[in-house]
Amino acid sequence: MIAVDRTSQLPDDQRVVITGIGLTSPNGHNLEMFRESLLEGKSGVRNYNIRYVGDTLAGVCEFETTKYQSKRDMRRGTRAGTVGIWAASEAIHRSGLDWPNVDKSKVGIYIGVTEHGNVETENEIYSIKAYDYDTTFWSHHHNPRTVANNPAGEIALNMGITGPHYTIGAACAAGNAGIIQGVQMLRLKECDLAIAGGVSESIHTFGIFASFKSQGALASHEDPTKASRPFDTARNGIVVAEGACLYTLERLSDAKARSANIIAEIVSYAINTDATDFVLPNPERQAQCLQMALDRGGLTPDRINIVSTHATGTSSGDSQECIALRNVFQGCDTLRFNNTKSFIGHAMGAAGALELAGNLPAFQDRVCHATINVDNLDPECALPGLVINQPQELPRVDYILNNSFGMLGINSVVIVRRF
Amino acid sequence: MTPAEIREEILDILSEIAPDEDLSSIDDNKSFREQLEMDSMDFLDIVMELRKRHRVQIPEGEYGNLASMGSTVTYLEPKMRDIVNA
Repeated sequence: MIAVDRTSQLPDDQRVVITGIGLTSPNGHNLEMFRESLLEGKSGVRNYNIRYVGDTLAGVCEFETTKYQSKRDMRRGTRAGTVGIWAASEAIHRSGLDWPNVDKSKVGIYIGVTEHGNVETENEIYSIKAYDYDTTFWSHHHNPRTVANNPAGEIALNMGITGPHYTIGAACAAGNAGIIQGVQMLRLKECDLAIAGGVSESIHTFGIFASFKSQGALASHEDPTKASRPFDTARNGIVVAEGACLYTLERLSDAKARSANIIAEIVSYAINTDATDFVLPNPERQAQCLQMALDRGGLTPDRINIVSTHATGTSSGDSQECIALRNVFQGCDTLRFNNTKSFIGHAMGAAGALELAGNLPAFQDRVCHATINVDNLDPECALPGLVINQPQELPRVDYILNNSFGMLGINSVVIVRRF
Repeated sequence: MTPAEIREEILDILSEIAPDEDLSSIDDNKSFREQLEMDSMDFLDIVMELRKRHRVQIPEGEYGNLASMGSTVTYLEPKMRDIVNA
């Protein structure tokens, strides 16, 4: 029996639960494959080449793209739309909902994105170069592909959903932000079912790679699988990844009414802002965000069993997050920390949602997956309880806390509970 | 290009625009919309591809000539007769 938290005292129509998960990650295109890869230490990072930047590394997703989308629509749309359609369709399929009879006007789509439109803009500029930059050769598809709601809108078109759809631009906190938006809209009764999470098509824009490289924050390693190495002394930056992870969220009252398989309950969340720098994190604000999420859920730090860290493999970012974590979780001896980016790289808008998903099976198997590629732990990142290189079985897992932070100082935390 | 070559070129463009469709049984006298799942953006794709591949300009007021394979080939023949098929 789990001790009471604040959310579990709310009426069932104010409690929000996860009833389906659809995902594609560089090391698995469904939750079972993804989890297996995380437990087996299997990386999804590979050699990659992109125009102008040349040879680099990336996390690349492989899944059956035509299972839920026609080739015609794939050509018309974007990669963000395609990974989103896959994840949304899988999330609904796995939720056990009687989808043909679901009122599509009461379904909301809330998709977190780090950025959107760079891929298509770069492609068009590259294309019209062959025509001496004559803009009459610029594609009429450019605007529908680059409007900020595109990934959510493509999901709506594909699945016939007529409720609200939009994206939430929240840098690399976007996956958490999408989930949080879904929870809020369900509590406000703006929808009866939410498809929420995040997507990333970022490996298809050379600008992301080039900008990280110019910033001195693009990872390199002769072995691609060892390039993403948060907390290690030899970490040298970010591996960019694509991906998608979307959740079917429902009010507990609705989930109970249809006897749904409830995967977890979202018990708390928080978002705040550093307001100190464009790129450098602020551990004081991160700690405040963590504390806000704990307080809102009526939880003390020692109630959390696993913290899924945001750490991206940059020199400053990882150690700054560790300062925040030490401040909040000092003395929590049974708490374990892990990191998913060490396996798949940084899936940008999808990162927060994917990193939470990969940890959820721990509610059943009580195993905390590791952070891999730590050969020499940076003393500044030596969190007590950091699970390094090998998974660790825990006596019990009731609460998982998921960190996701992003540029312009956006911090987000989501806390979920075993149900 | 001969009318037959223009027809082949249009089929090639259509295979890119509508990759899920079976184009082998296109009836030249029936409209594309009757036979294929096509909307105004797809017709703009035909216009754009002809411009990119052959620098053929189609004024907006003449888009209606692209309704069927037959009308398209008839309309394009004078514009493309001097183009040498690559």
